[in-house]
Amino acid sequence: MSDNRLLAADGTPLKRKLAQSLFRTKLRTFGLVCPLLALILSAFVIPIVFMLSASVYDDRYASLMPKSTIVMSEWDGTSPVTEEMAAAMVADLVVAKKEKTIGRVANRVNREFSGATSLFKSTARAAKKFEPPYLEALEQKDKKWQNIEMWQAIKVASKTYTLGYVANAVDMRVNSTGGFEAQDELRQIHVTLFIRTIEISFIVTVACLLLGYPVAYLMANLPNRTANLLLILVLMPFWTSLLVRTTAWIAMLQSQGVMNDLFVVFGLATDDDRFSLIYNKTGTLIAMTHIMLPFMIMPLFSVMKTISPAYVRAAKSMGATNWTAFWRVYFPQSIPGIGAGSLLVFILAIGYYITPALVGGQDGQMISNIIDFHMRRSLNWNLAAALGLVLLVFVLFFFWIYDRVVGIDNMKLG
Amino acid sequence: MASNMPFVRYENVQKSYDGESLVVKNLNLDIQKGEFVTMLGPSGSGKTTCLMMLAGFETATYGDILLDGKPINNIPPHKRGIGMVFQNYALFPHMTVNENLAFPLNVRKMSKADAEAKVRRALEMVQMVEFGDRKPAQLSGGQQQRIALARALVFEPELVLMDEPLGALDKQLREHMQYEIKHIHESLGVTVVYVTHDQSEALTMSNRIAVFNDGIVQQLADPVTLYERPDNAFVAQFIGENNTLVGTVDAISGKKVTVDLGKHGKVQATRVVNVAKGDKTTLSIRPERIAFSDKTVRGKVSLPAKVMELIYLGDHIRCRMQVAGNDEFIAKIPNSNKPISLSPGNKGYVSWNIDDCRALDYS
Repeated sequence: MSDNRLLAADGTPLKRKLAQSLFRTKLRTFGLVCPLLALILSAFVIPIVFMLSASVYDDRYASLMPKSTIVMSEWDGTSPVTEEMAAAMVADLVVAKKEKTIGRVANRVNREFSGATSLFKSTARAAKKFEPPYLEALEQKDKKWQNIEMWQAIKVASKTYTLGYVANAVDMRVNSTGGFEAQDELRQIHVTLFIRTIEISFIVTVACLLLGYPVAYLMANLPNRTANLLLILVLMPFWTSLLVRTTAWIAMLQSQGVMNDLFVVFGLATDDDRFSLIYNKTGTLIAMTHIMLPFMIMPLFSVMKTISPAYVRAAKSMGATNWTAFWRVYFPQSIPGIGAGSLLVFILAIGYYITPALVGGQDGQMISNIIDFHMRRSLNWNLAAALGLVLLVFVLFFFWIYDRVVGIDNMKLG
Repeated sequence: MASNMPFVRYENVQKSYDGESLVVKNLNLDIQKGEFVTMLGPSGSGKTTCLMMLAGFETATYGDILLDGKPINNIPPHKRGIGMVFQNYALFPHMTVNENLAFPLNVRKMSKADAEAKVRRALEMVQMVEFGDRKPAQLSGGQQQRIALARALVFEPELVLMDEPLGALDKQLREHMQYEIKHIHESLGVTVVYVTHDQSEALTMSNRIAVFNDGIVQQLADPVTLYERPDNAFVAQFIGENNTLVGTVDAISGKKVTVDLGKHGKVQATRVVNVAKGDKTTLSIRPERIAFSDKTVRGKVSLPAKVMELIYLGDHIRCRMQVAGNDEFIAKIPNSNKPISLSPGNKGYVSWNIDDCRALDYS
């Protein structure tokens, strides 16, 4: 039988021989990255997947109110409430009261219908003494049970997989028939926050670019000694705690702070009418631009370092003025650095948290601050996860745009 | 009056970067219109600095550079109208070949049609017309070199500077490009100032060569003079291969000197630099002017020699010998049809004409 595969000297197929000889190298390579891989999996990938899944998965009602969940899933959401639904509800409430889980159930339903907490808790206290027909008993206990919207909210809450939180994150809500509708106007805050977050990130990115480009240019074109000194100055903020830098800005920008004092001295402001530079959007912008600046300068610098001065010289020898040589020859070659720096700053800024929290005041808050609020204060982790998911989608979207406009291969970080 | 003015003139030019040492020490150099002048020297000899001062990227610390009779020290580079080819070509990577070539025409606000015609003509000159739409990265080193050359010439400058343009090419391509540059120079009649550290490149292409060392022009001459009649030991050593013997001047008679090689006897040589009796001197003899024989030759200078090593190089045989205490004495024996019966350890005599042995300064 003829076989046209290449054979090694001992007759085994060459491909298998090659795989064997490479196996050891591969094994060692894998062994070397293993600790990092384990760390990333356990500290990054798994928590993120777990957290993001919370944005669409909530089995609190379904696990604590099993009978009611089954009956509610059969209800179409519009026909009158049946005795069967009421009976299942009362039975579950009795158990929940006994098991002391009623608080969690009430909390879950309250997210869909304000006022459900007290209703559930008071009803559960009385539920043991209810006699059939249960529907009448419920409605007698509290008039809210007559409201069909209450029951619709329970139906929404009883679903294990729900888009409700994601909808909430973009100021929508899921109704009992599974459709989406706009959130009550008073509860619409997230879209505004998302827009503000993107706006702040964008302004910070542009400001960093405008401020950082000349510095990077200088660093790339100075003699090594001076350039290294500048580099140290640029990197200095990294050696200082983020909190210290942010609080330093508070000292600088507050109404009795250094900047305002100087403005008063130079007559730009009067003593009783000082600028409000902090605890608002201005404060967030100034402090964040300062903190992000090195992330813009470093990629710009590393790209500019590779642009030979011969290009600009060549352009000048051919008759180009300084500006033409810069704009048509130097600038286009620095675009990979601009792209990398901007993307880095923008993505870091879009999820920024500590600085807006400290100097942002009311209108300098960003979406991360509301995520923090839901994580630590309202304990609505599902909504926090949904907001995080939307943020992640935004970042990926901008990444995609960047890839289409600049091309990801064009990016150089060093 | 302008007609006898040289096209480029360096007048007492000095250059220092740090204020402590001079990179270029008092340079005086005239370049005529249409000439191909090469600045040749080892790295750090100041030749590139001289070129950059002419291009306008460095300023002279002292002295004047005149272009066409006018001092140009205060004219910015983009107004000098000098074409330049850089060491690594400096083709703009984000532009196509056509855009690269059109660049100097665009900044001169030339109409699109005129520019296209000129770009085409320049590409024809370097036989690269079909590569117009490529990016520089898609071209080989030799092709990039051609484009860089075309770009420096497309706006028809009267003076073109080249800073080691062939340094990055392999040997064969480099030799080929040398001829190409030489032919372009001859057909266009532009003035070329060329910088290189490769002496064979300089000999191949130039009308005149300025040999630089230590910030000073050691000798400025045409290739033949430079090789045949080097002015000093550095030039003799730097251009081509060279054998040296060190001795003391014993007697001077007109153009001839007698040099005492100590225990190895006395030899006669041609006097080149101003040496006096008792001065130390370096004798310089080209390896191809040396003959090896069993006995001394009448009318020539002969010294006893011992063969140390033979290297077969095809067209000639390189023979390393011990002569007057120098172990590195090289003779080139042409590979004729006469069989050569030399082997290491043979003893005999090396001999040469008095004219071929030049007594130079002791360094």
